[in-house]
Amino acid sequence: MSRKAFLSANEAAAHGVRLAKPEIVSAYPITPQTTLVEKIADFIADGESDIDYIMVESEHSAMAAAFGASLMGARTFTASSSQGLLYMAEMLHYASGTRVPIVMVDANRATAAPWNIYGDQRDTMSQRDAGWIMLFAESGQEALDMILQAYKIAEDPEIMTPVMVNLDGFTLTHTYDVVEIPDQEEVDAFLPPYKTDYKLDPEHPLTMAATTGPDFHTENRAQQQLAMEAAKAKIQEVSDEFAKMFGRDYHGLVEEYRCDDAEVALVATGSSAGTTRIIVDELREEGKKVGMIKIRSFRPFPKEYFHSVIDKFKAVGVIDRSISFGAEGTIFQEVKGAMYGSDAKLGNYIVGLGGRDVSRALIKEMFDKLFNMVNGGEEEEVQFLGLRW
Amino acid sequence: MNKPKVNKDLKLPTNFDELMIGGGNGVGVLATVNSGFRTFHPVFDYNKCVRCMFCWIYCPEGCIDKTTVDPESGKIMLEVDMDYCKGCGVCANECPTKCISMVKDGDDDE
Repeated sequence: MSRKAFLSANEAAAHGVRLAKPEIVSAYPITPQTTLVEKIADFIADGESDIDYIMVESEHSAMAAAFGASLMGARTFTASSSQGLLYMAEMLHYASGTRVPIVMVDANRATAAPWNIYGDQRDTMSQRDAGWIMLFAESGQEALDMILQAYKIAEDPEIMTPVMVNLDGFTLTHTYDVVEIPDQEEVDAFLPPYKTDYKLDPEHPLTMAATTGPDFHTENRAQQQLAMEAAKAKIQEVSDEFAKMFGRDYHGLVEEYRCDDAEVALVATGSSAGTTRIIVDELREEGKKVGMIKIRSFRPFPKEYFHSVIDKFKAVGVIDRSISFGAEGTIFQEVKGAMYGSDAKLGNYIVGLGGRDVSRALIKEMFDKLFNMVNGGEEEEVQFLGLRW
Repeated sequence: MNKPKVNKDLKLPTNFDELMIGGGNGVGVLATVNSGFRTFHPVFDYNKCVRCMFCWIYCPEGCIDKTTVDPESGKIMLEVDMDYCKGCGVCANECPTKCISMVKDGDDDE
């Protein structure tokens, strides 16, 4: 029987890792990821898990150790955040390019300078092109469930691509909520042990991550892109299978919330999706036709979904907790690209940087701005909202 | 010389299904030579060579071989795998007896 517990998203994710039974966890602590890797160490100390925990001297080594373990065919986990993620950036590319199915959590946090330990998405978005599948969880429950789904996606022979599960720093990682912890038997039925021939084995020797010159490198990259495209269907399939077994449906790459007859929709990720959900309900009470589009998978990007709704909404806003300086919010650029040809008004709202609250008032303001555009008003396309002046 | 040679029978992948993921391949796969950018190559004077093995240990490409023994003298005859020598000249520079000379590729001795 599953049981309920009052957990932070970090602790919930740690339960997800315990239930996924990786052979190796290698990690280096960093705020706000620390309580996640501490909880895994607790499980081991308490005899609830027999993971081999490698304590490393840096994040680069954390990912290098996870990479090595994964090359040996071990299910592997690591986690980091912000500066730590940047420090392991080289190995992120190694892991994805070598196609080892590591699962990691990134506790999304601002990047220095200016120094800041609080939540935003500039760390993970700086690694957008590292070749990892990037998923965003909205709650502690989704964090736990997403870890289990992540392994199933990553280790699929057609995919073989590492997965980064993103949790908003503090807003999720340190916020407590009731989480249902599934039984080990249930999880084992959903997620069997990792078995692969793609590993270092003296009986069947293999060269992995070799040099490829101009003659094959483009084909290697095209092959990665094929796997990412195939991951779209796999993420949906795994989400559906999870829903059937555990009763919690996350709708694959994208969740539409009250979008059926919506005129205006906001695109949200992570914890801001939770707040947006509440505001959508409030505005619906007032009779306003609003909805939310929650992106669960940023890589692969649900391009097909956004293309399918180019005629559906009168206005679409995108909440970004990161910005590509000199361009636009990171998610907005992609939504806009995927909605090429749409007559819908588009707005991009840069909020929640360095831990600033993405408040209900801010979300309401976004909807107001979208309705203003629908009613013929002019709005700057990209706006920082909630600025002090 | 006891070194793997370029595998001329190697069948290169012809589609994505045959292409191993992650830049991987089998073992003993030497698909191509890697010496096309060489200008000079080392030539040994075996009369001056004292078999100190400095060249063997310093060669950054590991392409000096010490497995051939002259049956008459019983001495090791160091050989260079010209498929992989990049012509850097480290061997000649390190050689204490200066028995290695760097000769321009294409000159008469080849």
